[in-house]
Amino acid sequence: MTDFAEIWSYLARGPLLWLTATLAAYAAGDACFRAAGRKPWANPVLIAVALLAGLLWLTDTPYPTYFEGAQFVHFLLGPATVALALPLWDNLPHVRRAALPLLAALVTGSVVAAGSAVAIARAFGITGEVLASLAPKSATAPVALGISERLGGSPTLTAVLVILTGIIGAICTTPLLNALGIRDWRARGFATGVAAHGIGTARAFQVHPVAGAFAGLGMGLNAVLTAFVAPLVLRLFQ
Amino acid sequence: MIPALLTLLGAQLAGEMLTRVTGLPLPGPVLGMLILIAGFAVFPGLVTIVRPLAQGILGNLSLLFVPAGTGVVGHLGTLAGYGPALAVVLIVSTILAIGAGALAFTAVAKLMKMEPEA
Repeated sequence: MTDFAEIWSYLARGPLLWLTATLAAYAAGDACFRAAGRKPWANPVLIAVALLAGLLWLTDTPYPTYFEGAQFVHFLLGPATVALALPLWDNLPHVRRAALPLLAALVTGSVVAAGSAVAIARAFGITGEVLASLAPKSATAPVALGISERLGGSPTLTAVLVILTGIIGAICTTPLLNALGIRDWRARGFATGVAAHGIGTARAFQVHPVAGAFAGLGMGLNAVLTAFVAPLVLRLFQ
Repeated sequence: MIPALLTLLGAQLAGEMLTRVTGLPLPGPVLGMLILIAGFAVFPGLVTIVRPLAQGILGNLSLLFVPAGTGVVGHLGTLAGYGPALAVVLIVSTILAIGAGALAFTAVAKLMKMEPEA
């Protein structure tokens, strides 16, 4: 009879175990998110990452071994970025009508997001790999990881910073914009999507459908603009 | 399913090749997204082919961040060392960006005398 240790050592070598664990952890995270009434602080990605990190630590599994299984999910980030063409295409008439205000909000939001993050971090004495990982943090994760890699940052650190940025944006946006007295749903949604990508977009859809559509648009456009803004801002402060 | 997947991967592949050839600072998939939008404009039928798959992927976008996010296990030292500073950076920069972006939109909309959608 084969004992558990033998089965474990067989499974731990192949990609099946950690691919399954990734999906299971996300399913658990999503269940928690729904149970908590879709509150932005109960983010499913954050919960899944915490579960998997705990599991890797308990089983003494190195990250490269885990990634051999998880890479099949990770690979889909590229096609997902390409798929953002669809919501952008769908919102093209909206874009034409409000082109100038959208352009102003996009450039302001994108430059302030990357610029203030890198400037404040530099003031705290953060440099090198961590600073480069911060610059693209407002872009949607698949794009931010690609930019971070090109700038000499750490894609895994960027992934964590991007997710945290999204959660902060989702929690702050409604009280912040109420305090500023901004009532236009297009402005509210778009600014949230530019600064807080998909997690902010999900929050905007909960508040108002127009805010949600414009948030998705802001996320897609800032994915393109951050690719240009992040390297410029980083060069300015390095 | 297969034509949709082929369209997404084909656009990504074209984007990857074009960034390598031209040396543009854009990640390949971002350029692939722009290529696909151009494709929609030239062949409107592509939208119907791509829609179900694209909506399926985008509906589960959060799942795709999990493998990279789990890489945090290699950065616990960095996060512990810079933790409070990084928290201040993320909170302040995100609040500034949302506020500045929304104010820029309403300021320009007011200049152009556009009706607010409130």
